[in-house]
Amino acid sequence: MINLTINDQKVAVPAGTTVLEAAKSLKINIPTLCNHPDLCVAGNCRVCVVEQKGARTLVASCATPVSEGMEINTNTLKVRNARRHIVELLLSEHRSDCTKCYKNTKCELQALANEFAFGDNIFLDLVEDHSYTIDRSSPSFVKDDSKCIRCQRCVRTCSELQYISAIAVANKGAHQKISSFHDRPMSHVICTNCGQCVARCPTGALTEKTYIDQVWDAIYDPDKYVIVQTAPAVRVALGEDLGYDPGERVTGKMVNALRQIGFDSVLDTDFSADLTIMEEGTELLTRLKKALVDKDASIKFPMFTSCSPGWIKFIEHKYPEFLPNLSTCKSPQQMFGALAKTFYAEKKKIDPAKVVSVSIMPCTAKKYEADRPEMRASGYKDIDFVLTTRELAVMIKQAGLDFRNLESAGYDNIMGDSTGAAVIFGATGGVMEAALRTAYEIVTGREVPFNNLNITPVRGLEGVKEATVKIEGCTDDWKFLEGAELKVAIAHGLVNANKLMAEVREGKSPYHFIEIMACPGGCIGGGGQPIPTSKEIRQNRINAIYSEDENMVLRKSHDNPDVIALYKEFLGKPNSHKAHELLHTHYVERDNF
Amino acid sequence: MENKVLNKVGLIFENVDPKEVLTKAFNMSKDEVIQQVLDSGLKGRGGAGFPTGLKWKFTAAEKDPEKYIVCNADEGEPGTFKDREILDRVAYKVYGGMAIAGRTIGAKEGYVYLRGEYKFLLPKLMKELDDFHKMIDEIGYDFRIHYRLGSGAYICGEESALFESIEGFRGEPRNKPPYPTTSGVFSKPTSINNVETLVTVMMIIKDGAESYFKLGTKDSRGSKVFSISGDTPTPGIFELELGMSVQQFVDEFGDGDTKAVQVGGASGFCVPRKKFTETIIGFEGVPTGGSMKLFNSSRSMYNVLHNYLDFFTEESCGQCTPCRVGCQQLLKGVEKVKKGESKSTYLNELVKLAETMKIASKCGLGQSVGNAFRTIVENFREEIIY
Repeated sequence: MINLTINDQKVAVPAGTTVLEAAKSLKINIPTLCNHPDLCVAGNCRVCVVEQKGARTLVASCATPVSEGMEINTNTLKVRNARRHIVELLLSEHRSDCTKCYKNTKCELQALANEFAFGDNIFLDLVEDHSYTIDRSSPSFVKDDSKCIRCQRCVRTCSELQYISAIAVANKGAHQKISSFHDRPMSHVICTNCGQCVARCPTGALTEKTYIDQVWDAIYDPDKYVIVQTAPAVRVALGEDLGYDPGERVTGKMVNALRQIGFDSVLDTDFSADLTIMEEGTELLTRLKKALVDKDASIKFPMFTSCSPGWIKFIEHKYPEFLPNLSTCKSPQQMFGALAKTFYAEKKKIDPAKVVSVSIMPCTAKKYEADRPEMRASGYKDIDFVLTTRELAVMIKQAGLDFRNLESAGYDNIMGDSTGAAVIFGATGGVMEAALRTAYEIVTGREVPFNNLNITPVRGLEGVKEATVKIEGCTDDWKFLEGAELKVAIAHGLVNANKLMAEVREGKSPYHFIEIMACPGGCIGGGGQPIPTSKEIRQNRINAIYSEDENMVLRKSHDNPDVIALYKEFLGKPNSHKAHELLHTHYVERDNF
Repeated sequence: MENKVLNKVGLIFENVDPKEVLTKAFNMSKDEVIQQVLDSGLKGRGGAGFPTGLKWKFTAAEKDPEKYIVCNADEGEPGTFKDREILDRVAYKVYGGMAIAGRTIGAKEGYVYLRGEYKFLLPKLMKELDDFHKMIDEIGYDFRIHYRLGSGAYICGEESALFESIEGFRGEPRNKPPYPTTSGVFSKPTSINNVETLVTVMMIIKDGAESYFKLGTKDSRGSKVFSISGDTPTPGIFELELGMSVQQFVDEFGDGDTKAVQVGGASGFCVPRKKFTETIIGFEGVPTGGSMKLFNSSRSMYNVLHNYLDFFTEESCGQCTPCRVGCQQLLKGVEKVKKGESKSTYLNELVKLAETMKIASKCGLGQSVGNAFRTIVENFREEIIY
């Protein structure tokens, strides 16, 4: 242990602890800006400078490890003056149109200004001296350089967590900026639209592209029938933007709120998550059969999940030779969309041209996914508008709803039923667990051999997880799998996905089936979820997901009554011709830059 | 305060038999070499002035089997051109210094990080390097030197940014600690020394620490190569014993009308005529990496300051707030004051800002912008305002 004093209070902390962390352990708050719990130390913004006795300069507390006998002061006049100056400097290069900014009241720079730099500006306005770019090219997010304070959180996110580096630092001095390959628009680079940068940007420089106004317009249009679907991860995080602690489930209130906002029908992406399991599970078993029984050499293993649009774009850019390994299944959002303007419209006797299909997603990449040209199987744009969890919170506030005091309500039908297997799609490992619950039962006629259906080896925040399921007691149709060991792996966060993909490329991957989610923690850590995010917050959301699962009556996708009815009345059976037309897709090779 | 008279010295460019010096060094124990360098009082000649012997001692004490010696030849400080001359004339002594350093700290490989603008020297330097490698092979010492070229960024002369650049990354300074002696290039213990420092070591080994220690003053031992430019009838490279006053320097190199000397380049200090006599050139007064720029009464100190600030506004890496934004504010601030668009008292705010930059910037670049700013604004305030 290292002994030091901070503001005359003695503290002993393990070696390697930073001054910032040591201060935190004493409940001494030091303001930070470039620091983020998910990212490596930068020491860029200098807001966290403190005075160290004997040091020539102030030191950045986030970047300075403790040392024996160190004497730190966090609140001297020198520190206060420097901190004030630093915040003033940041404000001078930041286009501070706060009242109109999407991040107003949620901006970390604004909060610091309010603490340290209120009143008249000390320094001259520099914004007028620069010609800033506002990049609206991505359907998922807007990059407004005039609000950028160069903390490089986004750059670190893109390289450290996502292994993409679509954005990086360009130029130096006054011209330094966060840019893309050859300054191309974000829509024309390797960006996966995952939005992890958006979730970590302290200011309004990176925000989701909002479609709130378009959705309101549709709702108020008497000719339109507006249906909404909500992804599993939204219900365990929405509360954070409405005054609840991380990990509070607000499913019933959310459904009620959506109804009060004016959606004609409130439906559940869980339904199509269950449907995805039926299609993807069947696809996996069919691939195994073709490979093992028919000896078809064209069948590629491992098979990859395809629910995460950020991951899809990642593999399209970085590992295009493995596109045949991807499940052809559309994501639950898009399966839902394809059915909304076909099956649903037919059943409800509505002209599909009048259906406006909205989805509430924890994700910014879903906005991009909905715009993909492949996603028009219904003859229309399958999903018209995608809103993030954050945008839904804005709409709830705009509608003047007293969210906390709303009654719980249930989803409409049809396409409103769900099972626990669908709910856990929101957490890393969830798709795998749901698939195993169903596939094992198809093959053996029995439930997966895990206590209370909880396949715990595939759960948790470990970057890469793996599990082996021995298949025993197969029914007659699946005898060829008797005694086989199904090896599966799960990765979340694209840096972890890349680890598995590097193994696959080297031919060293022992797995049959791999689940990959682009975002840390899976969808609960999506780029459209409430800000801030941290490992602790993501764990709380995951806990909520699994408790939601435990509380469900139905916990296996093949038990979903809406799904059973859908096959009976419309699709025939999983992987049928019609299912392929509506629920499956193909992929595109893209440049690696 | 000790005060020496101006004394021209010829150590750096003196031709020696490198084989003889290296053999002498290699016959000494590593501790003896470190002790010689410590005893000589040599401080880093790049400008920061860290005792070379200590740097080597720290690096030598690291347990990692992989270590590096890096020669900083990124000479980017405005007004300094002595390393170019040294490399042009006595590169073999630079290599020799690196080999001695390498053996002392336990490095088998060294890098010379050469300023991009000096690329024209490279063919000659590489040829001399081949000869040097042959010579140390003859001595039977296993050591290799590699060249890396900069691409024109001033910041890459900052040691940790230089490491990033060698490693192929954007040249941005790292957080310290850890210091290079613990974690330098490729995150390995590294001693990074200036071109002139390495040559000086050759001479200390050859002549002994004592004779070097006799030169200079208590805080500034030995001699130093100066790059002299500006309003002087004799611009060029001069090796001088440390410890002279600015007045003595001006008496020798001035044009009779010198009103200020900028000591240490854009990141150094401006000494006005009224302080020539009391200011010693050296670590007890104004330290310098060698840049000495003389200004006579025909020069506008506003233009001088504007030029420096313009330089820093371009050459800050842009990473940390005080430096990136502070430089722009100082530049725009003096422009506004000059135009009469800001009150002259705004200069006081800017001096405070320069102080914040000095204590809150991440690296030496931002920390030293305030040197020129403060000394010019304090001494030539009327030239800035009117």
